[in-house]
Amino acid sequence: MKIVVLVKQVPDSGAERYLRTDDNTVDRGSANNVINEMDEYALEEALKLQEANGGEVVVLTMGPEKSTESIRKALSMGPDGAVLVTDEALHGSCAVATSKVLAAAIAQQNADLVICGAESTDGRVQVMPHMLAERLGIAALTGARKLTVDGSTLTIERQTDEGFEVVTASTPAIVSVWDTINEPRYPSFKGIMAAKKKPLQTLALADLGVAAGEVGFDGATSTVVEHNKRPPRQAGHKVEAGDDGGVKLVEFLASEKFV
Amino acid sequence: MAEVLVVVEAAQGAVKKVTLEMLTLARDLGEPSAVVLGGSAADLVDRLGEVGAQKVYAAEHADLDGYLVAPKATVLAALIQRVSPAAVLLASTQEGKEIAGRVAVKLDNGLLTDVVTLGTDGVATQTVFAGSTIVKSKVTKGLPLVTVRPNSLTPAPSPVSPSVEQLDVAVADQDKLAQVVDRKVEAKGARPELSEASIVVSGGRGVGSADNFKLVEEFADLLGGAVGASRAAVDSGFYPHQFQIGQTGKTVSPQLYVALGISGAIQHRAGMQTSKTIVAVNKDAEAPIFELADFGVVGDLFKVVPQAAEEVRKRK
Repeated sequence: MKIVVLVKQVPDSGAERYLRTDDNTVDRGSANNVINEMDEYALEEALKLQEANGGEVVVLTMGPEKSTESIRKALSMGPDGAVLVTDEALHGSCAVATSKVLAAAIAQQNADLVICGAESTDGRVQVMPHMLAERLGIAALTGARKLTVDGSTLTIERQTDEGFEVVTASTPAIVSVWDTINEPRYPSFKGIMAAKKKPLQTLALADLGVAAGEVGFDGATSTVVEHNKRPPRQAGHKVEAGDDGGVKLVEFLASEKFV
Repeated sequence: MAEVLVVVEAAQGAVKKVTLEMLTLARDLGEPSAVVLGGSAADLVDRLGEVGAQKVYAAEHADLDGYLVAPKATVLAALIQRVSPAAVLLASTQEGKEIAGRVAVKLDNGLLTDVVTLGTDGVATQTVFAGSTIVKSKVTKGLPLVTVRPNSLTPAPSPVSPSVEQLDVAVADQDKLAQVVDRKVEAKGARPELSEASIVVSGGRGVGSADNFKLVEEFADLLGGAVGASRAAVDSGFYPHQFQIGQTGKTVSPQLYVALGISGAIQHRAGMQTSKTIVAVNKDAEAPIFELADFGVVGDLFKVVPQAAEEVRKRK
């Protein structure tokens, strides 16, 4: 089984993040850029399947050239190789255009299974797996908290607000996972050394047959008009509990008409 | 006035609050039409009419429930092409976003998610980066296709008697690749749903154990709220993951957020800092949660919360 894992480099969600003032895109220049956390769970799931059933695991990233740092980190966990789609014309791409590029790159890989995180911590849009499935004509099993593979049959537990759904499909398919699905491994020293020598193929738009006008700002289907930092919340009243902390709390709630 | 399509979210035969919010928003943009994808529309029509749905499109076909997302997107895309609405609103839930994503590809149409307001000029407001940045954005290709974040506005009644139109549904094999073979409901009692609740009471690492979460649940029930948990509490096994609030987890924006034993790490703030009123109980006076709390009590939650519960009971 050949598995492609989608990995996105994002600004660290543990620090303050910004949009650029010049072109309204995510400011990657000033940020500490890391692997999107949810993608590490996708990678772990792929590696577990490979350990059980053999096959090949390839990382696929679309992003600026500096994404190679995150790709090498991903490779140190154990996958066989990686593909980076990078092209200046991609800067400013919307989700619709991004799905066009990723779908073309996935199609070239002839993968049986694509695994990705359920969302990225920067956009949190959650649409990519279904957009890709729509373009590729394959099944999408999304929001998995559990994945089982039996030959070419995939079954997931999909987390819902009410409980969960059991959803099944045959390969080829795309599966998105939440962080409840597994516990990602830490790269070993051996893994880190090996990652430096693993194949990393770099593709430009022309290699995928996508025209520059279909992506980036020119091909965008939506635009940011303006953006502002929300004024920080002001700290309110803070009291020591003493003997009547609970009473004071309820007095506040009552003054705000919650009780 | 042109139609505005609102895709209905319902569970167990009841319309979800976010749908009422979307219909209220839609009234400002045109004539609201509700679109029921799957399930049975009959039970929902009256409620949809109460908030101004002039028309209800009903797509009732077993395949819409039997296969994941794709059949619903196909039905919605066909309806959009037929009626050319002024805008299309879906709930910013996992499935709402997924349907919208497929429709965006099918129609080569722009898409905006996690929208809190939408103007007649098509300009939408979104909050991004854990609620720290406010973005105004616009679809530039096609019609405004947006997913609306729950609790973004207050639903207001505007009673009408909707006309009901049954939609013809023919689901192609292409849309039947992911089969839903079972649906399991996990008990959460009579509590409101987390993302829609007006009041959320959350527990963190300071709650100490799964057993102690009963204290959080009890206080939530007294206030009529939902229960949430920080990632630290979920990772420690105190409470199930579907109640996790934060960067990885749910984003909530209730009228009142009660943080019990939660330090307020950036991971957690990401999911709750757009709440209207925040109160916190924590024994650490330096906990960052106090920087955003409108009212904070520095003390032992195992003393403060039972006393507060008693006080609420007294006042009832």
